[in-house]
Amino acid sequence: MPELAISLRGAVKRYGPITAVDGLDLEVPMGTCVGLLGPNGAGKSTTMRLLTAQSIADEGEIEVLGFKLPGESKQARAQLGVAPQLDNLDTTLTVEQNLLVFAHLYRIPRHERKDAIERAIVMAKLVERRDSKVDKLSGGMRRRLLIARALIHRPRLILLDEPTVGLDPQVRQELWALIDALRSEGTTILMSTHYIEEAQRLADTVLIMSHGKAVAAGPPSDLVVEHAGHEVLEVYGSPARLAEVEAEAREAGLRTRRTGTSVSILNVDGFKGFEGVRRAANLEDVFVLLTGEEIA
Amino acid sequence: MAATAARPPRIGRLERSALTGVLVREVVNYSSYWKSSTFSSTVEPTIYLLAFGFGFGSLVSSIGGMDYVDFVGTGTVATAVLFSSAFPGMFGTFVKYQFQRTYDAILAAPVDTEELVSAEAIWIATRAGVYGCVPMIVAMFFGLDPAWGMLAVPFLGWIGGFGWANFGIAIAGFSKSFENFNYIVSAVLTPLFLLAGSFFPLSEFPTWAKVLAQLNPLHWLVMLIRDCVILGWHSEDWLRLAALILFGIVMWRIAIYAMTRKLVD
Repeated sequence: MPELAISLRGAVKRYGPITAVDGLDLEVPMGTCVGLLGPNGAGKSTTMRLLTAQSIADEGEIEVLGFKLPGESKQARAQLGVAPQLDNLDTTLTVEQNLLVFAHLYRIPRHERKDAIERAIVMAKLVERRDSKVDKLSGGMRRRLLIARALIHRPRLILLDEPTVGLDPQVRQELWALIDALRSEGTTILMSTHYIEEAQRLADTVLIMSHGKAVAAGPPSDLVVEHAGHEVLEVYGSPARLAEVEAEAREAGLRTRRTGTSVSILNVDGFKGFEGVRRAANLEDVFVLLTGEEIA
Repeated sequence: MAATAARPPRIGRLERSALTGVLVREVVNYSSYWKSSTFSSTVEPTIYLLAFGFGFGSLVSSIGGMDYVDFVGTGTVATAVLFSSAFPGMFGTFVKYQFQRTYDAILAAPVDTEELVSAEAIWIATRAGVYGCVPMIVAMFFGLDPAWGMLAVPFLGWIGGFGWANFGIAIAGFSKSFENFNYIVSAVLTPLFLLAGSFFPLSEFPTWAKVLAQLNPLHWLVMLIRDCVILGWHSEDWLRLAALILFGIVMWRIAIYAMTRKLVD
């Protein structure tokens, strides 16, 4: 078994004048959960498509589960599960029929098919709804089915592209529990997200992407400490006051970022000088600091 | 995969399990829409058959030694094959990649575009082969005599349907929007449909039209079916059969090329 489930080296993908992925290096060790964090348009979905060879890289080397892409992508896809960002279930089919189709597409042997479908229905918590057509399911149910469908053949690696985008907070937490359970069972996960909290909670390692490049990588807590320190001071005031605060903080050698109505002064551990609200530093601070972009 | 053509061949092209996977999806889906699909595929040619049969049939009783009902009954088989293959090829394919994103899901599984297109075309061709028999069966109620050659009709329909299904898939692959289909229907399918000799003989047509008809796969299919069911197999039918098979193979490769361009970027 390869040590790395995924390895990208210098991957480049261009669409005409746009470079969606621009020399990306990415490693996903077996048994870990890696989060690709970045705003819309950072190249996360293109990266996901490169891994299934639905996009072919212009440059760079890509290996998935030890198979070189795109030449051996079919072998890789056989051992890989994909839950796309856009729901592509067959809406006129029932829950069970959707799973049956994918049990065939993923070549589950006949004698194991029934059990595999059963397991997926239980995992998606759709036992009562197994005969419901997909277009009668709620958004959360559909997303659970989408993930269960990707797991029907017990893949060693699963790609989750924005697994909770557009869902209610409560449904999102249900899905987090599902993903966390997968992680504890040892399934390797590559998950893209633009929700900071999602990456912080679920990912062992986060890779921050901006304009098709990796700008930082590491465990979420290390990234926070390294780039934003332990504490952040939020100073509120008039625009003029905020400008003053920024200038003073910069003079004192501190980094700042604007967050709408306030200025956040980063890495203020032990520093005294401004009136404000102290809070723990988070990944969003790191992200804005590193990319200059607001997220989500 | 056009982009990887220069690389060493992939292991396992056109694998049976991949084709089966795509076919299972179609068969399961068919269980939810077979009624409407069967209705339109059988009622439409039947209406043609009745309209031409009663309309023209009152003016002409026989064409080239055939009863007009027999003539039009066999001719409509090819029309039914065309309708039940080219249209699902175009519209079905477009809907599946554009609106339902079904093909994105399938290509994330161990299925290549070549296998996806092949399985879809096999499925459409099979339906077309079956639906194509309907007008012939209806015509039997109006006096078409049973013949052993009728047993060949679903297979001929399958071959023609495979070509037209791939034609439709290729058009869907090359088209950026639904509107493009209007051009194809008006400028390609309608003329081919009228220049096939399904409803009236082409013998009175100007020479250029007759030459064009000789290049029309639908015409080959009409002649093959008529010969199998009524007139008996001629030596030039071998040529027509070979041409129809070649049409299917060429369209199949074009469809794979078009869909690979569309689905893999």
